Amino acid sequence: MPQQYAIALKGICKSFGSVAANKNVDLNVRPGEILALLGENGSGKTTLMNMLSGIYKPDSGQIFVEGKEVSIDSPEDAKRLGIGMVHQHFKLVDVFSAADNIWMGKEKTGLTLKKDRYDQIEEMAKKFGFDLDPRKKVYNMSVSEKQTLEIVKVLYYGAKIIILDEPTAVLTVQEIRKLFGVLRRMKEEGHSIIIITHKLNEVMEISDRVAILRKGEYITTVNTSETNEQALTEWMVGHKVDLNIDRPPMAKTRPLLEVRDVTIRSDEGAVAIDSVNFYIRGGEILGVAGIAGCGQKELCEAIAGLRPIEKGQMIHKGDNIVGLSPKAILEKGISMSFIPEDRLGMGLAPSLSITDNMLLKNYADGKGPFVDRKRGRADAEQVIRELEVVTPSTQTPVRRLSGGNVQKVLLGREIKAGPNVIITAYPVRGLDINSSYAIYNILNKQKQAGVGILFVGEDLDVMIALCDKIMVLCHGKVMGVVHAHKTTKEELGLMMTGALDLTYKYEDKPAGFAKDTRFETRDEAEED
Amino acid sequence: MEMDKLGVITSFIHNIVVYNIPLLYGTTGEILVEKSGSLNLGVEGIMAVGAIFGYICGCYANSLGVGIAVAFLAGALCGLLFAALTVSLQANQNITGLTLTTFGLGVYFFVGNGLKAQGWPAMNDYANIKNGFADLPIPVLSQIPLVGRGLFSHNILVYLGVAIALGMWWYLNRTTPGLKLRAIGENPGSADSVGINVTRMKYLHICLGCGIMGIGGYYMGLNMSGSFNSSCWINGYGWIAVALVIFANWNPALAIGGTFIFGFFNTLRVSGSSLAAAFPGILGWLAMIPTQLYQALPFLITAIVLVVSSIRQKEGSGLPAALGLNYFREER
Repeated sequence: MPQQYAIALKGICKSFGSVAANKNVDLNVRPGEILALLGENGSGKTTLMNMLSGIYKPDSGQIFVEGKEVSIDSPEDAKRLGIGMVHQHFKLVDVFSAADNIWMGKEKTGLTLKKDRYDQIEEMAKKFGFDLDPRKKVYNMSVSEKQTLEIVKVLYYGAKIIILDEPTAVLTVQEIRKLFGVLRRMKEEGHSIIIITHKLNEVMEISDRVAILRKGEYITTVNTSETNEQALTEWMVGHKVDLNIDRPPMAKTRPLLEVRDVTIRSDEGAVAIDSVNFYIRGGEILGVAGIAGCGQKELCEAIAGLRPIEKGQMIHKGDNIVGLSPKAILEKGISMSFIPEDRLGMGLAPSLSITDNMLLKNYADGKGPFVDRKRGRADAEQVIRELEVVTPSTQTPVRRLSGGNVQKVLLGREIKAGPNVIITAYPVRGLDINSSYAIYNILNKQKQAGVGILFVGEDLDVMIALCDKIMVLCHGKVMGVVHAHKTTKEELGLMMTGALDLTYKYEDKPAGFAKDTRFETRDEAEED
Repeated sequence: MEMDKLGVITSFIHNIVVYNIPLLYGTTGEILVEKSGSLNLGVEGIMAVGAIFGYICGCYANSLGVGIAVAFLAGALCGLLFAALTVSLQANQNITGLTLTTFGLGVYFFVGNGLKAQGWPAMNDYANIKNGFADLPIPVLSQIPLVGRGLFSHNILVYLGVAIALGMWWYLNRTTPGLKLRAIGENPGSADSVGINVTRMKYLHICLGCGIMGIGGYYMGLNMSGSFNSSCWINGYGWIAVALVIFANWNPALAIGGTFIFGFFNTLRVSGSSLAAAFPGILGWLAMIPTQLYQALPFLITAIVLVVSSIRQKEGSGLPAALGLNYFREER
């Protein structure tokens, strides 16, 4: 007797212009199972799921829900069929309360909004075991609260099949554990769950089966218990990949950049970075771990000279850099390389070509009022060659490139200037395994050339493997600096939530003060 | 003598209301449109179209009700055009709105001048229109000394305008469709993902809002006693309405207050000299101010209001976050 699938996809195709996002994809989800959907960036995972949630319409192919063929033309249809999706970028209205966000999708309601909607939503959240304040406005919520709200929302609409698009990307280790608990409970209650991720350890932990997509094509579905991370990677990438990240050992040099007692305010005027001390040596990668929005952005911007600091000192090779303009910092021969969190928002001009984006950084070096396009093109060609950027030409607008290549162009341009300190925030954000490893290699190469690197990251596994030391931020305060080879994810997770403070772990000196600091020599020089 | 002075104040208050209610129509109409996430800069043109068709059809039918209905329909038709261009065809909202202003004024003069050549309907010839537009004092309230006649003795369209504003506040903030509409203006992607029909809601509310603007235009025509000459009846009120939306923080109830604050300065222009004559001691200086300054005043205030409003903190702002952005579900 054939098994009745909760969802079955047959021969799904979807193209955007000339690009095929999904080619002939088959996918089955059993009732009451957790299916992990695995694939690199651009492998069509989200596109496929968006066809289930009614955002896109397939060009061809069939969708069966509980054995019946259906046509999903809109999110309304998906909702009616009991399919709910928690999108990677939450679909919430910021100025609404939690209850109103849920209520706005309610069908067949009277004309009047009743006050008891708050109680009703709270009751129902409790029933599912969620902690949710129905009156809280979304803009006051943490990322994890927003996600909880999204899950409660789809459950409220009666979803039997729940799709989660990279739900763990923004959560801490502890929050991920909580989420997985929720998913297991929903599974026990008979919900079918599809979880999109490209973190292999999570796939192994939570899923019953894994479906793999590669470049828009369906590869296979396997039982999680019968596979391992190495095999999954090979299916996903299509060839053997070394999953180890190198950490080449380097000789110690004196600190390149030292930050002492620095306090920085955010745009809203709140203290974003609170009396922070740390230093970076040449040939060292210092990781910065922390929950998103714990002052990482403000710290990076302050070092790059884009944001004033409230108090404290920052010295680079013994010279003060506080109060200098970004350009002055460059002109002093101090090359700061800043890769913003939003890689296209600030670092690159999306509509300009690779050549023009190269010129953005060094246009001022040219003589006369005219642009030295020849040199820009040469720079572009060099970056394309050295970092293996995949692009039709140097004249291609940056926004047409895939995420990995955009980040390579950005990093390439920064490295081109020959910096000795690189500040990089989330350089692999949203990148797949291949592109991520390419970026790690670029950073390691810089490290071996004696560059000091500040690496603001989010994946703790990667940070533990790649960084030499890791500084943990919690609400703008440093919770300690630990050696990457001596720490664990659990320890970092506790520090990130503020439960563990290792600032005074060593009695001789608090974390973040170099023994061979240049501050003292600087003071002496001033006395002379 | 004393009674006369009070009479001047009373008629000043009366004039504030009578001359500026069209602003309230324009503002509330635009609030409804903007709450759906659409920025429609064509208010001036839409009011003109509503005015000319409402006036002509109202006169021919000799019925104020027909005039109101036609003005509403003509405005709604302009809204339909706007919605078709921006919602379905994804045209730029700013450009479309500006075009609509030019288009609307063109239609106004084309129809008006064409009809004038054949014989213009004078409002005084149509008793039902004239009487329908007469003041209807509210019992008791209109007997309050000084302010009673100024505030509570007006034509039916004044009451209708205030009722629309209050009703719209209730609709937006206390009803489920209102919640859905606000969700679309804030984040159409979210609204869509929970199964709200974004396109239908946008069409519906753009047409409704533009229809309300159309009634405002009709009011202006009636207020000018339907005398058609080289300057348009709307005379820039549509633009002030666009600014008033921001001043009122996208709140139709506040728009009533905003209208009267603007109206106060607007009315100084018309009645400033009579105030000066009645109170030469304290208000005599009003007569010294050149009329050109009075004429510029509403626009100066508009500019100041826009600057002040833009400084206002984001929190508590009624500005729909997705205002001016077209929504396309499959956009990546």
